[in-house]
Amino acid sequence: MAHYMLQRFIYLVFLLWLVTIVTFVVIQLPPGDYLSTYISRLEQQAGDVVTEEMIQALKAQYGLDLPMHQRYLKWLGSVFRGDFGFSYDWKKPVRELIGERLALTFTVAILSTLVTYLIAVPIGIYSATHQYSLGDYIATVWGFIGLSIPSFMLALILLFLAFKFFGVNLSGLFSPEYIDAPWSTGKVVDLLKHLPIPVLVLSMGGAAGLIRVLRATLLDELQKQYVVTARAKGVSEAKLLFKYPVRVALNPLVSNLAWLFPALISGDTIVAIVLGLPTAGPMLFRSLITQDTFLTASILLFMTILTVIGTTVSDILLVIVDPRIRMEKGRE
Amino acid sequence: MSMFAAEEQEMSQVRTVQVPGQEDVYDESYYLASQWQLVWRKFRKHKLALLGMVVLAIFYLMAIFADFFATNPYQQRYPEFALSPPQKIHFFDEGGRFHFPPFVYVQKQTLDMKTLRREYTEDTQVRYPLRLLVHGYPYKLLGLFETDIHLVGVEAPGVYFPFGTDEFGRDIYARTIFASRISLSIGFVGVIVGFVIGSLVGGVSGYFGGTVDLLIQRLIEFIISIPTIPLWIALAAALPPYWTSVQVYFGITVVLATVGWTGLARTVRGKILETREADFIMAARISNVPDFHIIVKHLLPSFASYLIVSLTLGIPGMILGETALSFLGIGIRPPAVSWGVLLQDAQNIRSVAQSPWLFIPAVFVVVAVLCFNFVGDGLRDAADPYK
Repeated sequence: MAHYMLQRFIYLVFLLWLVTIVTFVVIQLPPGDYLSTYISRLEQQAGDVVTEEMIQALKAQYGLDLPMHQRYLKWLGSVFRGDFGFSYDWKKPVRELIGERLALTFTVAILSTLVTYLIAVPIGIYSATHQYSLGDYIATVWGFIGLSIPSFMLALILLFLAFKFFGVNLSGLFSPEYIDAPWSTGKVVDLLKHLPIPVLVLSMGGAAGLIRVLRATLLDELQKQYVVTARAKGVSEAKLLFKYPVRVALNPLVSNLAWLFPALISGDTIVAIVLGLPTAGPMLFRSLITQDTFLTASILLFMTILTVIGTTVSDILLVIVDPRIRMEKGRE
Repeated sequence: MSMFAAEEQEMSQVRTVQVPGQEDVYDESYYLASQWQLVWRKFRKHKLALLGMVVLAIFYLMAIFADFFATNPYQQRYPEFALSPPQKIHFFDEGGRFHFPPFVYVQKQTLDMKTLRREYTEDTQVRYPLRLLVHGYPYKLLGLFETDIHLVGVEAPGVYFPFGTDEFGRDIYARTIFASRISLSIGFVGVIVGFVIGSLVGGVSGYFGGTVDLLIQRLIEFIISIPTIPLWIALAAALPPYWTSVQVYFGITVVLATVGWTGLARTVRGKILETREADFIMAARISNVPDFHIIVKHLLPSFASYLIVSLTLGIPGMILGETALSFLGIGIRPPAVSWGVLLQDAQNIRSVAQSPWLFIPAVFVVVAVLCFNFVGDGLRDAADPYK
């Protein structure tokens, strides 16, 4: 196990290194750079002409006169120093900007994962044991609709309904008085009040998919000989269900974690933009538009790290949950 | 392929003997049916899938003959009707008299002096009956035939906005129909691009195995490990602002396909690993058939039905991707319209609360995606008709 984990870890570090190179190139594909937009804005606002010397001075100050590979090395160096470069747009070290936002992204994603399973497992078991009942049909219809409504649209619909019928604006994660306040008990309580909407929105789609998977596997399992035998021997229905078939049917759910968690991080990006959440997504979006290179690269790096952690955790969990999967198989 | 078909026919003959006692035995046509006929028979039983297919057929017809279905030109601005709600269809006039065909009233704009909001009231003086195949604005059907016939509409000087108008007074119904041209086709084009890359890369990976397989699998893992939507946003933001609508369209397609091909490549690889040891592949190899030819002509067709299933299930993801990107303002750019572009107007929750009809294009997105999911589900059940 230790050997397997070490091997995986080395592979992950290599993977992340490749990701930094590719993202760094991709985000610099758009024509122009942060300065060209900045200078044109300066000229529009102040009305005065920005001289060639000023441009050169700014370029040198921001390190934009360097070729791309040197800028990459400069950024990589700052990653190892732990400050992740300097944000042109916010005029602050990236570390100060993204810490809290990434923590919130992570919190929302973890909570959404938990809620997804809390919704999916009971409903999935119910619709498999009560096949073709009214509840099963409702779950199936909801499953299809949940797969078809993109999460950002669901967020819009909820915002609209809350605004129309209750006159409240549900966007954001904090009430206005807490936005810039330091962390306190009051702020945490306020956060907990705002979390349900984004968490529910993010959980819906994933839960819909998981219910379908769980229902299908559990139905297969319940028809098997050993279940029939156990029932014939008089094992109670509850034990009959939870002792083996549910455990077997949970396996695909655990392996689903590998895509569910990344999907939540990724889905959070656009839901957060719609709901105005102070998570990493909206900041990434803005930094891409303003071509704030180091900020973009750092956020993408962290999102990838979170994704990769999700996949790895799911792989390890699967080995623990299902003893039939041996290390050799996990390695392929 | 011909060899494969012969094999199938032989198998179905064997079955006639093997499964006596089943009712189907008396139905000769079951055993004479080709694989695709069997698939269709099984597909027909999935009622939701059939429904989905019918709805999608209507959607695509509307996209192709958009001018015929629209009542007003989709870029035309009617400032005197800005943000007007959908016009109600009436059967009874003010005096309670029944009329057929039904009719609409034209709405009059008034300004509420307290809130400074535009408000619309129906002008009940003049009735405008809705007519089928009415003469409206001139257009070229399929870009070839000049005509001015539209499916429904009212005669001038009346106007008819079935879904209301946006802030510039443009007909949302017409815009939704024209937007479906981009939104519905981008899924197909994207899936086809992804299909070509995915089936070739997956084919090579599964067929040759070894180091090539290892490298390709690591590449796929690498692409999957970058979160999808941030990657889409980064790539879409990289499209130069001076590109024309057509260039942006293909750019977005490529962006969506860059991520989309990986899933298909994995499916193809898995299937090829299953089939490559089969006798008919061995026979082809012994006959000195080139490797590329074996992959494309023998291996891929042998599980074509599975490919079609994963293609169908890939389309909704692409449609949603385009909608999301355009919604954020980095996908399709106005004046070109897609469903995502139309939904940009619905971004501000206050304007939606005042004019809920701005949200109607979202209904089309959801229905289209839902139908593709139904059809994909039905195809998945029908993919292996011998089960």
